[in-house]
Amino acid sequence: MMNDIQHGDAVQAAVTGRKIGEVVLDLHNISLRFGGVNALTDISFNVREHEVRAIIGPNGAGKSSMLNVINGVYHPQEGRIMFRGEERKKMEPHMAALQGIARTFQNIALFKGMSVLDNIMTGRNLKIKSNIFQQALWIGPALREEIAHREKVEEIIDFLEIQHIRKTPVGALPYGLQKRVDLGRALAMEPQILLLDEPMAGMNVEEKQDMCRFVLDISDQFGTTIVLIEHDMGVVMDISDRVVVLDYGKKIGDGTPDEVRNNQDVINAYLGSGH
Amino acid sequence: MAFFIETLLGGLMSGMLYSLVALGFVLIFKASGVFNFAQGAMVLVAALAMARFSEWANAALGGDSLFLANLIGIVGAGAVMFVVAWGIERFVLRKLVNQEGATLLMVTLGIAYVLEGLGQSFFGSEIYSINVGMPKEPVIMFEGLFEGGVLINKEDFIAAALAAVLVGSLTVFFQKTAIGRALRAVADDHQAAQSVGIPLNKTWVVVWCVAGLVALVAGIIWGSKLGVQFSLVTVALRALPVVILGGLTSVPGAIVGGLIIGVGEKLSEVYIGPMVGGGIEIWFAYVMALIVLLFRPQGLFGEKIINRV
Repeated sequence: MMNDIQHGDAVQAAVTGRKIGEVVLDLHNISLRFGGVNALTDISFNVREHEVRAIIGPNGAGKSSMLNVINGVYHPQEGRIMFRGEERKKMEPHMAALQGIARTFQNIALFKGMSVLDNIMTGRNLKIKSNIFQQALWIGPALREEIAHREKVEEIIDFLEIQHIRKTPVGALPYGLQKRVDLGRALAMEPQILLLDEPMAGMNVEEKQDMCRFVLDISDQFGTTIVLIEHDMGVVMDISDRVVVLDYGKKIGDGTPDEVRNNQDVINAYLGSGH
Repeated sequence: MAFFIETLLGGLMSGMLYSLVALGFVLIFKASGVFNFAQGAMVLVAALAMARFSEWANAALGGDSLFLANLIGIVGAGAVMFVVAWGIERFVLRKLVNQEGATLLMVTLGIAYVLEGLGQSFFGSEIYSINVGMPKEPVIMFEGLFEGGVLINKEDFIAAALAAVLVGSLTVFFQKTAIGRALRAVADDHQAAQSVGIPLNKTWVVVWCVAGLVALVAGIIWGSKLGVQFSLVTVALRALPVVILGGLTSVPGAIVGGLIIGVGEKLSEVYIGPMVGGGIEIWFAYVMALIVLLFRPQGLFGEKIINRV
């Protein structure tokens, strides 16, 4: 495991080219319980503009719970969430999208019966201004808008190199490509913050490399702030600016990949305390 | 030959009416993944509201303007369907986000009973009539082609044209517009739909409203043909094999399914019926649906069921 972590210095250099900005998302003392189970206990960390921020930890560490808190699906019993300097109220899940937060899913949640194109077009949902009556009548403004959004979606399809499958129903695609479509749909929202829930899970080495490249390209080209959850420590260390480490719902480490890698608590959590 | 064509046309016309009800099933299934057993009850409520509102309006206006009375009836019934849609979302569906399809199916059974009960206690449980001024007299066509010509009901013609327009516009609405796409997205995956900012609540109200309007059109046409009474609910049962045949997710499927079953029923009754002692019409549709299920579980036009292992 420790050997794994040493790889990828070349990628690291590319990462440092970006300008990391102000804190956009600041979580203070977040605690989340499900009945008697403490999913998250007193967790604080922040996310800066344009950075790639990773949340890592062993299975059941509370990574996905953390993501769902950021995304407004779970409401923590304690703690404050500051988003762009303002305290965030309890909100409905679809409202995270309104605030510019997009996400992908660990167990791919695509619209299986719909084509790749239609799936990514749903990401444009909030950008569509024409109302239900204009759309129902299929008239001018609605039609022009549809064409404009379609152009944007084609750009994303080019970016993710999935031109050849744009008309295929996503249910028929292999896993790695579905993951890419999932990412495409989130990108179509032109989010300020992109949450990636285990983007490399279940992928082979080649697919993982592709996905790493996409994550870095998104960060470079669009300046999107990225928060990603990953199980595989090696991959994360290569592409992240800062890393939070969770274990049993508690934060045990936070810092640059180098700092985290040399943190004794982190080493214990990953390798067992005998080392 | 003329008799055959007459039977065929009769079948197509009644098929169109099945299609209208089937359309309601398909709309809700496409947009929320729920098989809505309450569709028949919705047709009943819509027809009852229409019949009673126009009756009251007619009485209030002193019987002067049938058009105005019907307009008030349609607007009133439309409002009732909106309230029904809103109520179903607010008090039922909202509590059931991310639940299994089977749970939602059972819920629609419950909704059906509530709607039937409430509808009849508000609007009464007698037999009412809807008179939208549809011409009742039959016309004889193709006299030049066949001896004696072909007898056609004008009312059926208008109903069929109405249904065709409705279906055409709904197909475009679902396949080509952003809202249609959002509706299909919600049907597929609640959580993912929310993540791209599609609000579930609003979407469901829209869908049930559209299904309510389709129920209203079906209710008006059936009601003006047969009168408005409780037995309209069973019309929905006749539409069940139509959706199975056409495919639960396909608007054109509902239409073609309806036509096939309408024609099949009439032709089999007339030509095969005498051989087996008649009564075929009642079960013929179900047998056809069963045969389709054996070979194409997704129906003739349904989205292909894809399972990756």
